[in-house]
Parts: sequence; C-alpha cells; structure tokens
Amino acid sequence: MFSRVSLKNIGSLLHRQYSSTTRVTLIPGDGIGPEIADSVKKIFSAAKVPIEWDTVNVNAQTGVSDEIIDSIRKNKVGLKGPLATPIGTGHQSLNLALRKTFNLYANVRPCVSIPGFKTRYDDVNTVVIRENTEGEYSGIENQPVKGVAQSIKIITKEASARVANYAFQYALANGRKKVTCVHKANIMKQSDGMFVKTCREVSTRYPSIQYEEMIVDNNCMQLVMSPSKLDVMVLPNLYGDIVSDLCAGLIGGLGLTPSGNIGENGTAIFEAVHGTAPDIAGKGLANPSALLLSGIMMLRHMGLTTHADNIEKAVLTTIAEGKATTKDLGGNAGTQAYTDAVCAKLLNQ
Amino acid sequence: MISQITRSLLKLKVNTPQQQYVRNYLGYTSGSKSDKKKVTIIPGDGIGPEITSSVMGVFQAAKVPIEWELFDGKTISQDLIASISRNKVALKGPLYTELLTGAQSRNMEIRKALDLYAHVIPCKQMPGIQTRHSNTTVDFVVIRENTQGEYSGLEQTLVPGVVQSLKIVTKEASARIARYAFEYAKAHGRKKVTAIHKANIQKQTDGLFLETCKQVAKEYPEIAFDSMIIDNCCMQLVMNPQQFDVMVTPNLYGNLVTNVGAALIGGPGLAPGANVGERAAIFEMGAHHVAADIAGMDKANPTGLLLASSMMLRHLNLDAFADKVENAVKKTIDSGKFKTQDLGGTTSTKEFTRAIISEIESQQ
Repeated sequence: MFSRVSLKNIGSLLHRQYSSTTRVTLIPGDGIGPEIADSVKKIFSAAKVPIEWDTVNVNAQTGVSDEIIDSIRKNKVGLKGPLATPIGTGHQSLNLALRKTFNLYANVRPCVSIPGFKTRYDDVNTVVIRENTEGEYSGIENQPVKGVAQSIKIITKEASARVANYAFQYALANGRKKVTCVHKANIMKQSDGMFVKTCREVSTRYPSIQYEEMIVDNNCMQLVMSPSKLDVMVLPNLYGDIVSDLCAGLIGGLGLTPSGNIGENGTAIFEAVHGTAPDIAGKGLANPSALLLSGIMMLRHMGLTTHADNIEKAVLTTIAEGKATTKDLGGNAGTQAYTDAVCAKLLNQ
Repeated sequence: MISQITRSLLKLKVNTPQQQYVRNYLGYTSGSKSDKKKVTIIPGDGIGPEITSSVMGVFQAAKVPIEWELFDGKTISQDLIASISRNKVALKGPLYTELLTGAQSRNMEIRKALDLYAHVIPCKQMPGIQTRHSNTTVDFVVIRENTQGEYSGLEQTLVPGVVQSLKIVTKEASARIARYAFEYAKAHGRKKVTAIHKANIQKQTDGLFLETCKQVAKEYPEIAFDSMIIDNCCMQLVMNPQQFDVMVTPNLYGNLVTNVGAALIGGPGLAPGANVGERAAIFEMGAHHVAADIAGMDKANPTGLLLASSMMLRHLNLDAFADKVENAVKKTIDSGKFKTQDLGGTTSTKEFTRAIISEIESQQ
C-alpha cells in the first residue's frame, strides 16, 4: 500500500514518463470551456511546453464515452474545463465516472491570494487535500422507517493512509512546511478517530514536515480569522469539500482556484471547478485563469517545473498589472486580450 | 424572546395531556414569580471559570435579582440535570471533550438529557470591533439542530480498519427545528430563512431535512425561504455575508457555520449562544472553545458569555437588566480603550470586567 505511492517511486515515475514530449488529454467542456481551453493551448504553446494535446469533446448530452476513458488511460494526465451537470438525461456524471474509473482518491485545491486582485484577505496560501472516495459521500443511505433517514459514513485505514501519504508527499515536493489533519474526532471518535490516528502514524515517516491536528469547526474559524496559520490541510471528504470552498471564498471565488484529482498509478486530472457560465459563453469574455492555474499545477505534477514557473509568473504579473484583466477581476479585457498579454510576457522572459 | 418562541411553538401543538403537563410545568399558565429567580451556573473548563466569574461580577453590580446554583460540570450528575430542570435556565462555560477516546461530550450529554434541540447563535457585528469584514453588514442568526444528525454517537468498527458512523435525520426533528427557525424569524422581525444542506449528495438524510423545511416554510408565507448547499454557504459567508438572515441547519453544518460566523464578527470570544428546548434553556458562548492555551491567565474575552447572559435575562423577562448589561458591554467595547488580547489589546479579563462594572455603576 505505502510502497506503491511512496515519494521515491512517484519521483522516478515522473522522470521516466514525462522526460520527452508527452500527450495530455484535454476536455474543453461546456459553456465557456472551449474558449478558456483555447487560451490555455495558446499560452502553453508560447511557453514551449513539451506536450501534445489529445482533445476529446464531451458534454452533458454525449455523456461518458470510451474515447475519453481510453485517452486518459493512455496519457495518464488530463486537463478539464467545466461541464454542465446532466440532469435527467440518465448519463452518469463525468466527474463521478472519472473518479471511479481512475480511482481519483485525492482532490488537491491550492488557494493563494493573488496580488492585484484585492479581497479582504491578502495572506492566504493554503492547500486543501481532500479524501475523495469515501466518508460522508459513500452514497449508502436509506429510510428504515418513514420519516427516519440514515446515512452511513465509512472511514477506512487504507484510504486514510493513502490520502495522508499524498498530503505529506505534496508538502515535500512543493516545499511546504506543515500538514494539518482536520477532523471532528471529539464527536466522531471512531470514524474521524481512525482518520486522525492514521494521519498521526503516517506523519512519523515525514520528520521534516511539521504535523498538527485541528477540529474542523476551529479550522473554519482560523481560516476566516488568520488564514496564514494554515499551510497544507488533509481532510475527510465532506470537510474537504466545505473547507476548499471556504478557502476559495477568501481569495475571491472559484475564478482563481485551480484543482487537481490524483489517482493511483500516476493518473491525474486537473480542472477548473467553476461553472460553465452560459450567460457569457461564446462572447470572448471568459476568464481562463482557473483552468490556466490548473494547467500549471498539472505541469508541476509532470515534473515540468520550469515551464510551470514561467507561465505562473506571466499570469500573475498580468493580473497584478491589471491592464489586461477580464471583467470578473475588475478589468475590461476579453479572453483574447488577456491571453495575448500573458503570451507577450512569456516571449519577453 | 426565546421564551416567547417556545410559547408560540407550544400553542401550535395538539393539546395532549403530556403537553398540558409540559405547559404547566414550564409555569407559562401562572403569572406568579418569586422575586429572586434561581439559575444554574456551570463555569466549565479552560477559560470557563474566568468568564463565568466575570458575568457573576457584572450581575452583582447590576443588582440582577437572581440566585446562582453552582455546579462544576466535571460530570453530568443527576443533581445537575435536576437543578437545570427545576430552574429551567442555566448559564454555562465551555466543557472540553477528549479526542478519539474518553466519554461522550458533556455538552451533548446535557443537551440530550434535557432535549435542548435548538442551538441559537446570533452573529452580529459590533461597531467597536474592527474586522476584515467591518465594511459590510454581518447580522445573521444560526438555528442549529442539536440532537441528531452526525452527532448520533452511533459508530462501530465493521472489520479492523473499516469504521462506520451513522448520521440520523428524522422528519420530526427537522420539522421541529424548522418551525423554531420560522418562529424565531417572526418574533425578531427577520425576513428570510435559509436552509443549509448537502442534499445533492446525501439525498435521503439531507433531502429529508430540506423537504421538511420546505413544507414548514409554507406555514409561514410572510417569511421568505430559500436553501443553500453547505460548501457554497461557507464560500458565500466569507465573500458576501450580508445576504444571510436566519439560517436553519442540521447539526454538523450548524457547528461549522457558527464558527465561521463568530470569526466574521471578530472571534470566538464575541458570539453568544443558547441551547433551547421545551423544558429548559442554557445560555453559553456561541462557539465553544475552552482556549486551554490562555486558561487561568486572566486573558480571556468574556463578551460572548456576557451577551449570552443578557439573552438569558430577556428570556427571564428581566429586560431592564438585560439592557443594562448589554449596553455596558457595548459601551465598554465601543470606547476602544479596553481590548483583550484576542482583539489585539492587553486588557485583562478582570480589567475588562471592572470597566463594565464602572459603566453600570455610573448609570445607576
């Protein structure tokens, strides 16, 4: 279990797999998806990123196809735009299908205050690592008698250890200092207790990373009062869901939040977690930053750190200068002008 | 106000002998009152003894006509429960619960013993306290279901390494808390109730909660009703807290939302709270933190518990005293001269309390 996902293995795996030009699956998605995916492609090309895109079109109508599963299985890495949720179509949601097929067990959501985009918080630099396969989202529910419903939360040592290991590896690989295990083990002593005990055990194998534990209600409070106290957080499913959105709120919403889903055997899918924004779709107004930042996370995951750093610098400088930002960031540039500005920065580097 | 809500809820009910008993037991039918009301007080753990002393000192100075019945709360004895049942009102400091092992939470034990089903936490900004959110309006109330949900305590190991925990949601408890939220909104001139849930994932449990809230909402056409998913709710709270009015939540989400709320207004030391049922009401801090790191150091901020004690006085129909305490607390804070360490100052708990007392004495 542990040996399969140990840092050393992942590191060597990364170098072996991604040393030359690699194919990456791109799912542009619905609504503004195609426009922002196009922006990412242009910027990656300006940065001379050694990847080739394997574009697969999926939407709420087509549902999950074999083509997409095969593509990701082959490439092991994907970048995904927003998808409309299928309501009443009978299609399984693509997110759920991908999560199950590739056993995407960890959801990673970094939240960093972006200079130039002013919110009430300019001191946020956290990463939420959420267990994504069990817990409160087990889907095991019923009504034993009318008017009494039960939902079963499942916590296993195996899944807890897997996500805890990933959190520490992430901390090491990204120069992070501390991992905080977030839980409610004062009330759910056995289930959350299992999660905490396992995180504690795993933490002993990473002596260079500081480890602490925090009850989830206190964690929410600390994030709102002094977010700079938090670094990497590892959480069971539900708390991770809530805390990652809370953190996104601190830095100004989902338009600037990247996300990655990490699976076993090196599979990883990176995505923008915002909606499809049908009101502005096709108008050239969309802000591609969240998908772009997710793409940067993807490059780091692939070991293409220099390319990631270069693009990140160009994006952050463009936003900080505020001359070519989209409407949601307080500017009046379109997707194209913003993309051009980032590309120009890359060519000057 | 809280007693008023409980009364209107009792009126809604069918007149069974049992409910008649409850009504008589609560003394709502008789108007007679002795001149000194007895109130149970549990100082609790951590900073609890310091902040409860602060309230006791302020009450003495304000000549509040109550007598305290003191319990340390180390264990939840039958005597303690009997005292609260008899007095129907208690003031309580935070009680610490061990992680992983040890006994069930004593806070929960009290709530369950007395069926205190509604946790009421008003989160209102104070002009004298600067926060990151000072330039917007934070004024909402969280009504949290307090008896079931994720806090059922039903957990077991299925096989080594696999643990399950049951979340229980009933229509009855959901209807009861929803009705409380709407009655609260009516009594306080609030406009909207928002049900917080995760029914997109937990379709049966949170689905039942949401459906029940929707049904109860129909009984209150004068109050607006909407709903929000818990993760979005937390994001909205830190971005646009002014959109919230009254929130009704299952147990765990209420716990989280309350802590976000307390943080928005400046910290755990500031929010008051009440645990309310048909048989009793316990007043305490809105976000329970024992703050072990500063316990016994005369550094705690007693504001939340003082505001809770003022809520308690209103519940006891001692409105003039409630105003006296609340105004003195607010004036002391607004003066900007007395800031405890959580607000970036160096004022001790005792100095802060003395300042409130001199404010009260100057009014008398």
